[in-house]
Amino acid sequence: MKLTTSAAAIALLFAVTGATADTVKIGFISTMSGPLGGTGNEASDGFKLFLDQNDGKMGGAEVEMHWEDDQAKPDVSRQAADKLISEDVDIFTGIIFSNVLLSSIKPILDSGAFYISNNAAPSQIAGKLCDQNFFAVSHQNDQLYEGLGVYMQEMNFDNVYLMAPNYPAGKDMMAGFKRHFQGKIAGEVYTAFGQLDYSAEIAQVRAAAPSTVVFFYPGGMGINFVKQYQQSGLMGEIPVYTGSHGIDQSILPAVGDAAIGVNSGAIWSEFGDNEANRVFVEGFEKAYGRIPSPYAAMAYDTARVIDAALTEVGGSIEDRDAFRTALETMDFSSIRGNFKFNTNHMPIMDYYMTVVEKDAQGRLVNALKSKVASDLEDGYVSECKISG
Amino acid sequence: MTTGLFVEQSLNGLQLGVMLFLVTAGLTLVFGIMDFINLAHGSLFMFGAFLAATFVKITGIFWLALILAVLATGLIGFVMEFLVLRRFYHRSHLDQVLLTFGFILVFNDITRIIWGSIPLPMPLPEILSMPVQIMPGVMYPSFRIAILVLGLIVALCLFLIIERTRLGMWIRAGASDRQMTSALGVNVGLVFTLVFAAGAALAALAGIMSGPISAVQIGMGEPILILALVVTVIGGIGSVKGALIAAIMIGMVDTFGRVMFPPAISSILIYLLMVLILAFRPRGLFPANV
Repeated sequence: MKLTTSAAAIALLFAVTGATADTVKIGFISTMSGPLGGTGNEASDGFKLFLDQNDGKMGGAEVEMHWEDDQAKPDVSRQAADKLISEDVDIFTGIIFSNVLLSSIKPILDSGAFYISNNAAPSQIAGKLCDQNFFAVSHQNDQLYEGLGVYMQEMNFDNVYLMAPNYPAGKDMMAGFKRHFQGKIAGEVYTAFGQLDYSAEIAQVRAAAPSTVVFFYPGGMGINFVKQYQQSGLMGEIPVYTGSHGIDQSILPAVGDAAIGVNSGAIWSEFGDNEANRVFVEGFEKAYGRIPSPYAAMAYDTARVIDAALTEVGGSIEDRDAFRTALETMDFSSIRGNFKFNTNHMPIMDYYMTVVEKDAQGRLVNALKSKVASDLEDGYVSECKISG
Repeated sequence: MTTGLFVEQSLNGLQLGVMLFLVTAGLTLVFGIMDFINLAHGSLFMFGAFLAATFVKITGIFWLALILAVLATGLIGFVMEFLVLRRFYHRSHLDQVLLTFGFILVFNDITRIIWGSIPLPMPLPEILSMPVQIMPGVMYPSFRIAILVLGLIVALCLFLIIERTRLGMWIRAGASDRQMTSALGVNVGLVFTLVFAAGAALAALAGIMSGPISAVQIGMGEPILILALVVTVIGGIGSVKGALIAAIMIGMVDTFGRVMFPPAISSILIYLLMVLILAFRPRGLFPANV
């Protein structure tokens, strides 16, 4: 009798475990606090929006979210990753900064989990260190400026002045730009990371009299630079261009009217003409009362990629090979338009140009001008040998 | 470098220096007079900018917002000093550093809770929004000229208050011998509270003036705090005159360094300057309370 009860209990236990097989654990590690916390909050808001719109499910599976804050610090991120690995998380995502990603990616991939990036994808992970379980939905870092180089080359720009902070991503972005741009470079200036005042550099720009300025200044640096450039009176004389994410909604309201006329590349636009994008942008504005930034958009698109791949495999991630094959081969319609994963799991995508204008409600937006490149690949794909 | 460019870069250096002076003035007063290290000075700088951005949004008038935000931050300084800091005057400098570092973390997160994590807009006041021509071919942003003028006025006022008024005399007396000054009937506790509140108000003024030209965001006070500490040390702790001269020196060296040298060298120039000056003048250029 006792034996029967135990057996029944064990059977029940298995039945319950069987039912939870359709739960997918997702670990979202991002920069939620500290001076750089704005980006991670944008990303998590984008990801949450997808879950809210889909009853907390992806591909029919219940999603169990594990949120962690990395404070933009590699060591904190590593600890968070170790904690989530011990909790058997299946899919990791969320990290904004490349140095943070590089500190944590090895244990994550070694645990057999997937990493599906909503932002960071440094050159290493696109090339020599590429991995069968690492996918970037967002972009390979250099791609944010490669499309701009393609555009300016096609339009025969010449005598272009480059400005960026003096740190690895600054050099990467300009390298990405120069990969496709062959015209004359009037000057190339690297400023201290986190610099507050650009008046000296702006005076040098005026003296050099280039046709165009291309800048990469993320976050607060971008606010400082654009405000000061406009105040110097140069905005009307020497137009400025920046790559994707260069003057997005996370800084645009703070720059204010000084940003009007800034040209920017874009891997995604809030005006992108497809149904999924409208559902996203309208949903985001309704939920959070602001226009989404590309950080939110890429996190939302990452959620959609996970959802689409899980749908292909019937909502179960137990068979990792099947899930990977689904990611590689599925027909996915991104909120950006054309999209597919390359052999190194970086995106092949389109590139657009936008310009800062005021919309009908008087808000500053990056108005979509045109598509300037199709099926843009990253520059590292040939270095990656993924052994299936 | 043409004459026009040289003049423009000199103005840039001077303006950066005066901006640094505005940030440093409050810090060096508190440091020198009260012998208290306030790392949260940068947070008060940030509060000034955030409060002004909020008041600009409500009232639409920059100068009114400036006055309100300076007063409000002065009040925050007053409360900080009255409730917490005064218990730390007799503790070691390390305790003060730890305490005020804690304040930085708390203030940053309070700011996030109140204002959110997205940087705030802070437009230029309308009359100072256009660049002006200062000589043929050289345009200069008028708001930066306003910073220059305001900074020099503040320097003059501080000098006159400390050197030429009775209040200034009490402050100097309290700094050199607190017990004796109290024995003579001066309420030193109150004087110190007022000095701290004034330091907070000065930090706020600097933050507000930097708002229209740079980002009003969480943590904006920390990079500026490091520069302010360098200025304080070079100028001589507690000396307003030293702070002004050191700030202008740093503004010039930094501006011309950025133009003339590659970033690897220009980013360390001001620290090299600090090392050199400390090697020959260990107490800074114009040490107070000698």
